[in-house]
Amino acid sequence: MKMNRIDDIFSKKDGLLSIYFTAGYPRIDDTTAVLKALDKAGIDMVEIGMPFSDPLADGPVIQKSSLEALKNGMCIKTLMKQLDGIRKDVNCALLLMGYINPVMHYGMEKFVNDCVARGIDGVILPDLPWEVYIAEYKALFEKAGLHFVPLIAPQTPDERIRKIDSEARGFIYMVASPGTTGNIKTTEDYRTRYFERIRALGLRNKLMIGFGVKDAAGYRHACAHANGAIIGTAFVNHLRDNGADEASIASFVKNIKA
Amino acid sequence: MSKYQVSETGLYGRYGGAWIPEMLYPNVENLRKCYLRILESDEFKKEYTGLLKDYVGRPTPLTYSSKLSALYNAHIYLKREDLAHTGAHKINNAIGQVIMAKMMGKTRIIAETGAGQHGVATATACALLDMKCVVYMGALDIERQAPNVARMKMLGAEVVAATSGNCTLKDATNEALRDWMSNPEDTFYVIGSVVGPHPYPDLVARFQSVISEETRRQVTEQTGKNLPDWIIACIGGGSNAAGSFYHFLDDESVRLVAVEAAGLGLDSGETAATIARGTEGIIHGSRTMLMQTDDGQITEPYSISAGLDYPGVGPLHAFLAEVGRAQVLSATDQEALDAAKLLTRSEGIIPALESAHALAALPKLKFGKDDVVVVTVSGRGDKDMQTYMNRLM
Repeated sequence: MKMNRIDDIFSKKDGLLSIYFTAGYPRIDDTTAVLKALDKAGIDMVEIGMPFSDPLADGPVIQKSSLEALKNGMCIKTLMKQLDGIRKDVNCALLLMGYINPVMHYGMEKFVNDCVARGIDGVILPDLPWEVYIAEYKALFEKAGLHFVPLIAPQTPDERIRKIDSEARGFIYMVASPGTTGNIKTTEDYRTRYFERIRALGLRNKLMIGFGVKDAAGYRHACAHANGAIIGTAFVNHLRDNGADEASIASFVKNIKA
Repeated sequence: MSKYQVSETGLYGRYGGAWIPEMLYPNVENLRKCYLRILESDEFKKEYTGLLKDYVGRPTPLTYSSKLSALYNAHIYLKREDLAHTGAHKINNAIGQVIMAKMMGKTRIIAETGAGQHGVATATACALLDMKCVVYMGALDIERQAPNVARMKMLGAEVVAATSGNCTLKDATNEALRDWMSNPEDTFYVIGSVVGPHPYPDLVARFQSVISEETRRQVTEQTGKNLPDWIIACIGGGSNAAGSFYHFLDDESVRLVAVEAAGLGLDSGETAATIARGTEGIIHGSRTMLMQTDDGQITEPYSISAGLDYPGVGPLHAFLAEVGRAQVLSATDQEALDAAKLLTRSEGIIPALESAHALAALPKLKFGKDDVVVVTVSGRGDKDMQTYMNRLM
């Protein structure tokens, strides 16, 4: 089996930048344009959001983009059609991120197969509990070579983190701060202590930090404590204001990496 | 152990579970580990049963309705949750959870509310037990339920408008869960129905089970029969139905009837009859029946009763319906309004619109003439006077 792009990229570099955006936003047909622009701008990894009516883990910005995308007619079926052939143009690692209910309706096995057929490397489903994943879906994902990326949060006990780490593939998504995407209420000092506690555990998986990382300073801070950072809300805001314009996406990325 | 009890992993058959993001895991897991121990502790029992008796006014009466009995040719009794403090059964659960939160060392309470009954009950418990209280309520519901918003504010609660989605109960629940994710240390989430991630459906069912515990005793005292023949309750999320059924689940001779809100009609597209018209899925941390599109997007149900228009239903009820232990009926807006008027004029009891759905099932069932039938009147109708005046006067 060929190497998963996520593992490949981690084996070559550190300080990864991953960008999240909502599929079908701001316009239904913007998905591939945004992907191509991000890839061209040198992004290492992209999380493509599958919109859901009740996105529990998301703050107001991504909630709004999800509702807009749904109004535009986005659904997993349409997204899979849009992603068909995406690998002709896009080389960065690709993950789908969303919630369990629409995926279950699509059918988990079909979902996994369709992801693999389109060159998707990983999946993030925050409300699929780790225990259920292990018991019911791990074999399916691993056989397909698709990484299911778990989340950990500041309140996750060390023992549980070690358990997750022992079975996770790809990387572990470190939620930077208690709460939803785009809302950071903790101090940088609180986050530094949390990041250091996790680093001291000496986990076997790579760590990416997300939730509340919004600019160059946040990206640098995350990279100092982990293998990279994920920016979502700030980029969705950018899309809202500027649309899926290639030049403006390039300049957004450049500013983060500055 | 009863086959209708929740499993250790939170399942009723294949329904239930705890489908939650990792950010909620520590809080929910902590609650799961300690809720039974707290419920069984002497300290908890003493405070809870004391308050139910001296503050809530329990036991609530079981009232014989001679007129409904004559009309439906059976012995019809009303379990009077409308007479509980704050005017509905919601207080049974709110007080229990707030005491529990205190014992767990939490200092801040959050709750969701639709019509405002659970919000008022929680705000009441927090005023009594000196806890800070924040109630999430859909922006649209805040407009529709002004008297209950005023009650919550007078009780000292902060009412926060949920402005996401359709601005109703489902969105208020999302906002409360998001708040809990953001405040994992000091905050306890008091859920108002038998919904949400395990252990909430079981926890809320146990607090509401005082309804059937009393009914069982009262039926024996008042009718001489060991058991009633029928228990009828309305069902949105399903807390009063869970409480009304709880101590009869294993007595298979007792027929359990859950009445959903059909809205404008089961096939009108404007309905809240989740078991009748929903499909299986996951909502607010629980696998159950829910109203959703073919793509798994959760949709907004409709009922004239704000307490019944939740897009999901407690996993216990999805299970009881599937295995045939409970019979699920529905009543339309109009049938509920007519039933409310009938009870009001015949017995001088103005029921809540939710409870009116349970009463509306009476003409749909075939009773034996000696049958003892208990209908739970889950709340009083004061909050619905505007609707009653518009539709019935």
